[in-house]
Amino acid sequence: MSSGHEAREANAPSVIPFGPQHPVLPEPLHFDLLLQDEKVVGAVPQIGYIHRGLELLVEKRDYADYVHVAERICGICSFMHGMGYCEAVEGLLGVAVPDRARFLRTFWCELERAHSHLMWMGLAADAFGFESLFMATWRARELIIDVAEETAGGRVIFGSAIVGGVSKDPSDETLMRCMEALKPARDDIKKLSRVMLQDATVRHRLEGVGVISKEKAYELGAVGPMLRASGYDFDIRRRGYAAYGEVGFETALETAGDCMARAAIRIKEIEQSFSIMEQVVAKMPAGPVSLPIKGMPPVGECFARLEQPRGEVIYYVKSNGSRNLERFRVRTPTFANVPAMVEAMRGASLADVPTIILTIDPCISCTER
Amino acid sequence: MSSIERSPWLIHYDASSCNGCDIEVLACLTPVYDAERFGCIVTGDPKQADIFLVTGSVNHLNAPILKNIYDQMPEPKAVVAIGACAYSGGVFAECYNVAGGVATTIPVDVYVPGCAAKPESILDGVVRAAMILKEKEKAGRKARALARKEGRRSPKRRAGGAT
Ligand code: SF4
Repeated sequence: MSSGHEAREANAPSVIPFGPQHPVLPEPLHFDLLLQDEKVVGAVPQIGYIHRGLELLVEKRDYADYVHVAERICGICSFMHGMGYCEAVEGLLGVAVPDRARFLRTFWCELERAHSHLMWMGLAADAFGFESLFMATWRARELIIDVAEETAGGRVIFGSAIVGGVSKDPSDETLMRCMEALKPARDDIKKLSRVMLQDATVRHRLEGVGVISKEKAYELGAVGPMLRASGYDFDIRRRGYAAYGEVGFETALETAGDCMARAAIRIKEIEQSFSIMEQVVAKMPAGPVSLPIKGMPPVGECFARLEQPRGEVIYYVKSNGSRNLERFRVRTPTFANVPAMVEAMRGASLADVPTIILTIDPCISCTER
Repeated sequence: MSSIERSPWLIHYDASSCNGCDIEVLACLTPVYDAERFGCIVTGDPKQADIFLVTGSVNHLNAPILKNIYDQMPEPKAVVAIGACAYSGGVFAECYNVAGGVATTIPVDVYVPGCAAKPESILDGVVRAAMILKEKEKAGRKARALARKEGRRSPKRRAGGAT
């Protein structure tokens, strides 16, 4: 009936802005969603709201002091950021940290993974309107945070990683007591995961939403739970950095590649983290927790890879032989996951967009630095 | 009318924080710290909010957004700046994309110290902000009554004119 021109007008996708201040997003992230009726046909991310430029700060700070800044790349995986930077610098210096430091690092990494995944579970529940689940997961999370405060000294910014080891040395009894204190949290989490995985409303919101195939996930360079949920076995912890070579764990894998699979992966990993912590505490070697570091890092470059809750992270450092490093660079997991997320959004309905964004567990703060 | 300090609604914006303070703000709202016992509810809508919680420092991209949210909030309103970043930029003060603390863009009523700020101190900040709200409310009412007495039209509620 209408002319070709009008038909094109009517079919043109409408643009819906999403963010930067949005109730489901704790962090500012902006998307221009291109919609055809209710279907998303494209998404254009815009970032830069929390860019601080902290990589350049490495030129102004002493290399050993920069750990404080590295820890604040992101407050959720703060210990891992600090530790990743330390591992890269230790690689430059050519030192191996003492055994007890390696085990304590593993302990804190897993503590952080458990609290990050729980935090994610709460936020995801909040995003699809399940507020009581949100509250219950965060209550369980507080028990983990208490352990962090007791062993490392900080609630979210642990502040215990230093170049050459760790700065805190909780006694074996303290660690044992902490594992005891985590028991109620583990029981709670078991119950909560049943709700998350089996509740009809949750399944309705998550199953079959935002599917990414194994090939696509690999092609787009997804990492972490995003990749493992599509059935691709990839976990940097398998390389055995810190003490991961000396503990047993199985990589969590799912094959469906949808939001539900990503949720299931994270829930499995929470339990896995507790089991790794248990093994670490049982095998904790005695001895010093740090090496005295003297002198400047030699001219050269080095990089370290870790598995963060959101996936593989890469730290690169370059030294010119002075107190200040010449270059520091981080490739964060969320950055690697954004192409896959945009792909997952294509064809989804507008109401599913918050759920899809949340199931990649975006960390904007570390992506923009 | 004086019930405002007993049911302040909160809005939270992450300016450019590292997430550390953000998580702690969220932790305040959940069962262990439970800001709701002070009558607080978090809202995503600036037009219904009384207390503005800001974490992180200001840069050129997020300053207009911060200002925009602040301007949309009705009077009386209070701003709580959380963490070292919101005060001065904190560890990032020397970074090239950090313009400074929240006070460079909007007036701040309460500063919460810490990096990361602890939930206890954030709660304390919120309670103080509620008290400030009450004061502001009283002052606003007095000004309007005075204006009426003098037979003038009551002064318009100014946007962004808090002390
Ligand atoms: S004050 Fe510290 S913890 Fe809080 S946002 Fe800034 S750097 Fe992060």
